[in-house]
Amino acid sequence: MIVNGEKINVDGEIVLSEFLRKQNYSEERVAVEKNGNIVPKKDFKQTKLSSQDKLEIVSFVGGG
Amino acid sequence: MKKKLTQEDYYARNLPDIQNKLNSAKVAIAGLGGLGSNIAVMLARIGVGRLLLVDFDKVEASNLNRQHYTPAHIGLFKTEALKSQLEIINPFVQFEIVTTKITSENAIELFDDYEIVCEAFDGAEFKAELASTLLENTDKKIVAASGMNGFSDSNLIRTKKKFGRLYLCGDDTPPKQLGIGFMAPRVSICAGHQANMIARLILGLES
Repeated sequence: MIVNGEKINVDGEIVLSEFLRKQNYSEERVAVEKNGNIVPKKDFKQTKLSSQDKLEIVSFVGGG
Repeated sequence: MKKKLTQEDYYARNLPDIQNKLNSAKVAIAGLGGLGSNIAVMLARIGVGRLLLVDFDKVEASNLNRQHYTPAHIGLFKTEALKSQLEIINPFVQFEIVTTKITSENAIELFDDYEIVCEAFDGAEFKAELASTLLENTDKKIVAASGMNGFSDSNLIRTKKKFGRLYLCGDDTPPKQLGIGFMAPRVSICAGHQANMIARLILGLES
């Protein structure tokens, strides 16, 4: 899988919310694009990832 | 007798074709804190024709170290306190205010008429939610901010393009320790990045 331009190996089947947790992202603070499409927040738990997928993850930091 | 101020005088330093584009533009600003209040002032000065200003909050004393308000504004809605200042700063711009909390339920309708939405919230969760909602449901361009605390190097604050139409300004760095806050200089630098990115989008300098 390509994540933010870098190759990451995933073992077996994994859903997006679990992947984010394993990569130390906070699910609440990210916007995610999978293969060019924004993944709605409500779909994070059902979105299955495969080794061919390309993910872009933007993680927000608070303040303003 | 004092000469009446004209738009031509106000925009005397700007090239006419640039000014026409700015005057015809409409921009929505979501959140009127340290980023949003300063961005609104900059966009008003360059003559962005119509600004929508949205916030639910009131001005507090602790806002004054970085936000474009004065002690006289404490207790007023930020929308109203900011509009009253902007009308003095540039009487040739139209200001619309909505005093409400922006959610994923009302965001699409609220910003329907605006091609560019500036995300200027405080909380990371709300930033992510607004960006996701607008990216998922609209074709709007979003100019957002992420990370600008303390007194770190100014040059760490950058503008990056994500997902084709999300422009992210900041240093992506959370406060290193609790209590390190948000200060006028770096918040203003980040606000400047966002305001200039918005101007570049209006002028077609960035696809």
